[in-house]
Amino acid sequence: MNKFSIYQYLLILIVLVVGTIYALPNLYPTQPSIQVAYTDSGKSADQTLLNELEDILKKASEDDIQNESNYIEADEETKAKMVLENAYDEIFLRDNKIVIKFNDVETQLSSKTILQKNLLDKVIIALFLEPSTPAWLKNIGANPVKLGLDLSGGVHFLLEVDIDTLQNDRLEGLLDSYRKSFKDERIKYEESYVKDFALHFKFSDKGSYNKALKKYNEESQAINGLQYVITERPSTNEIKLEYSDIAVREIRDYAVTQNLYTLRKRVNELGVSEPIVQRQGKDRIVIELPGVQDPTAAKKIIGKTANLEWRLEASTRTSPLRKEKFNYKENEFQTAFLEKAVIITGDVVSGAQFGFDENNQPQVSIDLNLDGGRAMQKATSGNIGRRLGVLFVEQKTKSELVTNSQGESVIEQTTYIEKNIISLATIQAVLGTRFRITGLSSQTEASELALLLRAGALAAPMKFVEERTVGPSLGKENVELGMKSIIIGFALVVIFMTLYYRVFGIAANISLIINLILITGVMSLLGASLTLPGMAGIVLTVGMAVDANVLIFSRIREELKEKEPQTAIRDGFSRAFVTIFDANVTTLIAALILYLIGTGPVKGFAITLSVGIVTSMFTAIMCTRGMINLIYGNRHIRTLKI
Amino acid sequence: MNIRFKFMKFRRIAAIISIVLFLISIISLATRGLSLGLDFSGGTLIEVSYEKPIELQSIRDTLEENGYSNSQVVNFGTNLDVLIKVSDQSGNSSIGENIFTILEKQGGPLELKRVEFVGSQIGDEFLEQGTKGALTALFMILMYVAFRFQYKFALGAVTALAHDVIIILGLFSFFKWDFDLTVLAALLAVIGYSLNDTIVVSDRIRENFRTERVLEPIDMVDLSLNQTLGRTIVTSLTTLLVLFALFIFGGELLRGFSLALILGVLVGTYSSIYVVANILMSLGLTQDDLAVPEVEGADFDEMP
Repeated sequence: MNKFSIYQYLLILIVLVVGTIYALPNLYPTQPSIQVAYTDSGKSADQTLLNELEDILKKASEDDIQNESNYIEADEETKAKMVLENAYDEIFLRDNKIVIKFNDVETQLSSKTILQKNLLDKVIIALFLEPSTPAWLKNIGANPVKLGLDLSGGVHFLLEVDIDTLQNDRLEGLLDSYRKSFKDERIKYEESYVKDFALHFKFSDKGSYNKALKKYNEESQAINGLQYVITERPSTNEIKLEYSDIAVREIRDYAVTQNLYTLRKRVNELGVSEPIVQRQGKDRIVIELPGVQDPTAAKKIIGKTANLEWRLEASTRTSPLRKEKFNYKENEFQTAFLEKAVIITGDVVSGAQFGFDENNQPQVSIDLNLDGGRAMQKATSGNIGRRLGVLFVEQKTKSELVTNSQGESVIEQTTYIEKNIISLATIQAVLGTRFRITGLSSQTEASELALLLRAGALAAPMKFVEERTVGPSLGKENVELGMKSIIIGFALVVIFMTLYYRVFGIAANISLIINLILITGVMSLLGASLTLPGMAGIVLTVGMAVDANVLIFSRIREELKEKEPQTAIRDGFSRAFVTIFDANVTTLIAALILYLIGTGPVKGFAITLSVGIVTSMFTAIMCTRGMINLIYGNRHIRTLKI
Repeated sequence: MNIRFKFMKFRRIAAIISIVLFLISIISLATRGLSLGLDFSGGTLIEVSYEKPIELQSIRDTLEENGYSNSQVVNFGTNLDVLIKVSDQSGNSSIGENIFTILEKQGGPLELKRVEFVGSQIGDEFLEQGTKGALTALFMILMYVAFRFQYKFALGAVTALAHDVIIILGLFSFFKWDFDLTVLAALLAVIGYSLNDTIVVSDRIRENFRTERVLEPIDMVDLSLNQTLGRTIVTSLTTLLVLFALFIFGGELLRGFSLALILGVLVGTYSSIYVVANILMSLGLTQDDLAVPEVEGADFDEMP
């Protein structure tokens, strides 16, 4: 009577097998490895680089062991083998990068130093742990559970993009261009200023007021909705102009997207194997750098600013003292002389957009703020026909081998500034807060120029609002503490259940083991990160998971008082089900909300808790029942010990 | 029917204890407030590990010399680990690194274990989100219980939850334990756990009200509590076992978290017996409330 159909057993089996397969990768150890990529992101690693790395490491390995007695005594063939064994475990090419695996952390670290000393700035080297998951598991997407930053060690930054400054800059620019066009169209105004994110104009008479209003309304029409919100005050001839919600959202998206782009490029320079650079919410950017141990260095690179300089091309009459020679960014053999005087820099640029002109030719339109517009106007008014250059200014770091006071050779990093020409175009008219660069050869060139201009302008300033750095030793310590708690908690529960419920207790314990396997499998499958609170969640699940079993068993005990064993087992399971279901749904609600409000580690707790609830329901209701049915189902039992 | 423990005999005393604890907690929260951890208060925290024990006073002096007079310096876990907290409202994000450099110069090889910087604005947001989250959780659970049971049960369940949460918060406020994000997470888990207990008890009361038509409501409740007592104790025990394992072996970072959960399990177990049942009795739960056997229970009976 207490029998499962073959399909029910099959379902248990399938879940169990799938869970086990996806949990398997966690059993394979990770191997200390390094990843080498060319610093120039345009170049991808190839066989030549691989051979070069191989030679360097073998050479170092030989130096390392050449004085050992068994090396000196060995023949040539054995010698080569020993050198290779001592150098690295495996080296191969993957995704434009070279991966080298080592047998221990010491070799990994020393090899990194050796390679860096030999290759200096040519390559970026990142340390990471390569899982030794077999290929067949990788092919079905089974990977080990990802560790959160509190377990792997690393840096977490949250940056906030300052949209307000950008919005104000844009309004200032707008103010200037309206002043100019009102002057041209003889619209008279008494006052004009920007205040509280709004543009204010007070007009001298009704006529001007009406003309301006008409102009505003016309210009407010943009492709994706109204650009401005216009507030009219006819009694005093005042008009207030604010950005519409759509426009503000656009400004925000523009700034965040641009900053994301810039940050990604910079993070790549850091040489982290799996960095995360993501937008979070409206105006924040989260950066996670697993394995990075020096937050100061990371901050320096992330906070590094690129800049722009606009300068006139030097004419033949410009004195040599007042001109400078620069390379082009795209073509290092092409050079040009620019004047030393800088007209404007990147901080006055509030936007740069790639588009097409009226002849459908690619162009880049540039917005400056008020100060920038004025400076540009002054500089260009007497110089129509001359060429105007844009320099891209970058902070770069250079590594050098130097000998320190102790006589060791160490890598020293120095920063320097590099300036390259990204555009040199003829001035067609007097420029103001808005102008464009045309005559670009291709669409690609135009979009690249816009990107560079924006990178130099750094769309909006950013500030660090949150930082969490976990040192590698603490990460390791956390993993050990978490594992210890899980094992001890688990052992205590298993012992208790066996003593208290005997056969049923053992069935519950097996369910508990299955539960742990399933949690691991699901976590791997979801690709969710395991954090320290996440491990605590697993411990808690172990304690709470037996609850479902306990509910069932105590129910069976009660039923036994009135019914014969088989009926008691059946009714015990079915009566307890409703209770288990209700009780778990509510915990799931709490976990879900925790997931929504939590960040990082706490999210990890919510995930393991939710996963644990679902798997523990499955194991208690299906697996324990299955086992009990197998044990007691097919025979007549007179007494049941529970 | 055997009713071994007459739980409801003590319901007035229990009610008084609960109310007193609740009031003390509220007063403590109102006067002393919570000692908010870094996540909510904002500021900088830095944990370093020395190779040999160091005088905390010397660190304090060095920090003071360098203009960090508003810092707290304590040992963390062992006497080799030192935790430094700086509450800086200016939002300077590099205090942690600066302090590390200063300590490195002061002497002693030391290792950077962690740096945490939380801008005050982010801290406020966490607090706001946390409060909103806890309230949303309470509300949704109320809705679920009202839907699955009956409003009197829902009221009982939510009162029990509020009781548990406030008392735990009160304890954290009274003993000035740090309240941070992990404690908040523990608190939400307590909501889940305590409800678990409550539902098991309510479920049994509902069932008995439908099947045992001869008893007085008070005996009905006592009977239900006795029937679920074994389970309540066993579950609380296994959960406490793992929580103590976590409290003892889980390290400093999880101490507040496991403490909140241990308290939660204790208070939650108590409240599922006394608070819920008490509310049901006070609201005068009658058989009419549950007279019509609903179909939902029957739906599941056929399931394994």
